[in-house]
Amino acid sequence: MQNKLDFDKIERRAAGRRRAFKAVDYFFLTVWALIVLFPFYWMVLSSLKSYSAYNAEYIPKFFTLSPTLQNYRDAFTAVPLGRYFLNTVIFTLATTGLMMVVIIPAAFAFARLEFAGKQIAFTVFLSLMMIPGELVVITNFVTITNLHLRNTFTGLILPSVTSVFYIYLLKENFEQIPDELYRAARVDGTRDFEYLVRVMIPISKPTLVTIVILKVIECWNSYVWPRLITDDVRYFLVSNGIQEIRENGFGRENIPAMMAAVVVISVPLIVLFLIFRNKVMAGVSRGGTKG
Amino acid sequence: MKKKSLKGWLYLLPAIVFLGCFMVYPLIDVLVYSVEEGYNSASQTYTGIGLYNYSYVLRDPYFLQAVRNTFLLVIITVPLSTGIALLISLGLNAIKPLRKLYQTVYFLPYVTNTLAVGLVFMILFKRTAYSDGLINLMLRWFHAGPVDFIDGPYWAKMFVLCFYTVWVVMPFKVLILTSALASVNPEYYSAARMDATRSFRVFYKITLPMISPMIFYLVITGFIGAFKAYSDAVALFGTDLNAAGMNTIVGYVYDMLYGNSGGYPSFASAAALILFAIVLTITCINLLISKRHVHY
Amino acid sequence: MKVVLQNLTKKFPSRNKKGDDVIAVNDFTFEIPDGKLIGLLGPSGCGKSTTLNLICGLEPPTSGRILFGEDDVTRLPPENRGVGLVFQNYALYPHLTVLENIMFPLQNLRGADKMTRAQMNEKAVEAARLVQIDGLLERKPSELSGGQQQRVAIARALVKMPRVLLLDEPLSNLDARLRLQTREEIRRIQQETGITTIFVTHDQDEAMSISDMIVVMKSGVVQQIGAPQEVYDSPVNLFVATFLGTPPINVFDGNVRGGKLYIGDAAVCDTPGVGDQPVSVGIRPEGFTLDEKGPFEVSLSRVEVMGRDTSVVSTHPASRNAVIRSIIPARNRVDRNAQTVRFSLMPEKVFIFDSKTDARILFGAE
Repeated sequence: MQNKLDFDKIERRAAGRRRAFKAVDYFFLTVWALIVLFPFYWMVLSSLKSYSAYNAEYIPKFFTLSPTLQNYRDAFTAVPLGRYFLNTVIFTLATTGLMMVVIIPAAFAFARLEFAGKQIAFTVFLSLMMIPGELVVITNFVTITNLHLRNTFTGLILPSVTSVFYIYLLKENFEQIPDELYRAARVDGTRDFEYLVRVMIPISKPTLVTIVILKVIECWNSYVWPRLITDDVRYFLVSNGIQEIRENGFGRENIPAMMAAVVVISVPLIVLFLIFRNKVMAGVSRGGTKG
Repeated sequence: MKKKSLKGWLYLLPAIVFLGCFMVYPLIDVLVYSVEEGYNSASQTYTGIGLYNYSYVLRDPYFLQAVRNTFLLVIITVPLSTGIALLISLGLNAIKPLRKLYQTVYFLPYVTNTLAVGLVFMILFKRTAYSDGLINLMLRWFHAGPVDFIDGPYWAKMFVLCFYTVWVVMPFKVLILTSALASVNPEYYSAARMDATRSFRVFYKITLPMISPMIFYLVITGFIGAFKAYSDAVALFGTDLNAAGMNTIVGYVYDMLYGNSGGYPSFASAAALILFAIVLTITCINLLISKRHVHY
Repeated sequence: MKVVLQNLTKKFPSRNKKGDDVIAVNDFTFEIPDGKLIGLLGPSGCGKSTTLNLICGLEPPTSGRILFGEDDVTRLPPENRGVGLVFQNYALYPHLTVLENIMFPLQNLRGADKMTRAQMNEKAVEAARLVQIDGLLERKPSELSGGQQQRVAIARALVKMPRVLLLDEPLSNLDARLRLQTREEIRRIQQETGITTIFVTHDQDEAMSISDMIVVMKSGVVQQIGAPQEVYDSPVNLFVATFLGTPPINVFDGNVRGGKLYIGDAAVCDTPGVGDQPVSVGIRPEGFTLDEKGPFEVSLSRVEVMGRDTSVVSTHPASRNAVIRSIIPARNRVDRNAQTVRFSLMPEKVFIFDSKTDARILFGAE
């Protein structure tokens, strides 16, 4: 009997500790979630306040009772936000599309084909992965300038269409596909290119989707290269647009309109993420870095 | 055989052309630039070969300021973000309900435009004639401030920069650490429980060693990433970082290249190569340390 | 330490919301005597591993009680139960050496049980010596063979002198040779330490060869508990009969008519006291005797000579298996070219079961 009481106490104490731990855990997780979400909340909130209401608040308010969409109208009319948006979409689609055209055959060659010098070529490719982008930007800037490609889409796109890392990722994936399939296809008289298009690409679709998503995120957020290569507002991407708006846009103090612009350019990626949540997270944990 | 080889290279050709033009050639060229003294970008002439560019950069107060800022940023944010990410991942790993929701929320900064959200941060921290800003309002609740975090004292600006950097890098770290924690075989925990191991000891003796490879991976990539910090600073302080005293090494490179202070690709190249050397050295040191401390 | 399980039941909630709960262990009652080696035996998914988890406390039972000696440990967390568990994949900490692995449980002891480093070392070496790995103490688990890892895991479980030792599929990750050797080893260690030991296996050979008692389970329900030979000689139902024994028992459709068992048209055996009914018949391979005048005639497929014994492979229309296997002493020659062979049957090797419930129907002297 004595024993039984003891056990009850042990059990109660353990359960109590577990509950306390859970409570503290949830508390801190929620605090961090709020820190993450707050800037998003604030930008949406500010974008809904009218210019006069916003500037009248010496002490900022955490809510608004008279939301207005005027700022969104301003964002598209007072500055060429629509143009920035369109530019970014063109840039993102063209870069990603071209990149796939370049990296798929390269990955295929490394994964499937036998040719003289393959090992050396692959080693050189791998060592290029170590090279930071900052080193090559300088010459690329000079090259593009000398080719008179500044303020063109060609100049924006060309240097970003290859990624050694994605070639590597895709090659690894292609190599997972059993040799038997290749041999079977060869016996059936399938040519290499057909095999690539009709067998390997469909099988590797998950990896390809991952690469596309990662590249789209990268393009959408790219800032440094577009900033160097464009000084004509007509070719600005959203990142440069935001910086431009901030420095010369609505007049420096029209913060609600700026926030409206920020919301507009943030939404596409967030929507993309919420749709492809698992793919994005799996892809990033396999091969993404940022910061 | 000959034909087969040709085919292989043919498939590689587009990649080789692009990499050659925009990666290999620039790499060589940057070395050349960095030793061409007195290079004039208009006439594309130079006066001599030597290490003057390096010595100029190393004596340039703007560069030294940028180095100081960058090192401070690295030293503060890498351990801090990795530590917080570890705590958050442990917290996430211990719960079941709402876990997916929290994970989704924590990942959001990864998919947002650094420049755009940086603008929001600026507004939250900035003090203007019309308003002290939200953060100062909160500081006042604790009877502190007001401080202008954007145009004010150095430590305040550094604080915002570090805060924003941590906010931006956290999703990646939390993601990697949560999956590392989830991949620890649960049998180890069961075994430890059977042996009445206290939770701190489980963490210290089992969890930590098991995920140590991933922690080192994050530290290494974190160092590399933080050394390349630039757009976060631009987002907060505007493009003229030198004026704000918040420039970073990468920012210095770009400023030398372009903009009002630009037109000096030689200085930019020298600075970029110095940065590369620093990152390479630190990465090697990191790898050596991790070899000694990672258990498999 | 005596271990008592009383009406132990474990239900898992169903995956889909409306479905019924999955009953992993159903109303398990068993008293394990002190110092015995018990084999929990059954096909995968029969609830044997869940039973093990209930005993060690990694999962709480839905209902029922568990007692160690006189202590009710049902709701005690695993760390307070004092059980040692050897995991199927050993769960050795890969970053610790063998010695550190074995010492790990001792370093957790607190208060009165706290040991000095020297004491811990001594205990760990002692445990290592017991399982004969005292020469490998400085190695990492990855540098050991499967059998050595197994021993380290056992040493780690034993070092804190558990009240009960539990082994989850201890031999499944070893190759066939090592398996034979290791099971003898487990027997030896258990006898030397005298710790009540329960192990889980799906391999009846393993369970039969070293256990003092075996528990045969099927879909969460205990079928039979007893000494291995007893269970083999007297299975309570068709499942137990087919699960135990290599080669497996031969099963036929049969009929009891007028106190005789018929397989096809042949009356093969007397079954006094059993009413007329269709039955399932199980005949152990060693229950066949070569007999030119025997009642049971089968079509011969082939004869396999195995040295000491001869295995006669044959077919019969009433057989539920594709072939019938009978083991006869090698001195009894079989004509390989014959079309048919005739057997008489040993009544004690013939079991009949209710054709609907599969429950054993006893007959004759039994």
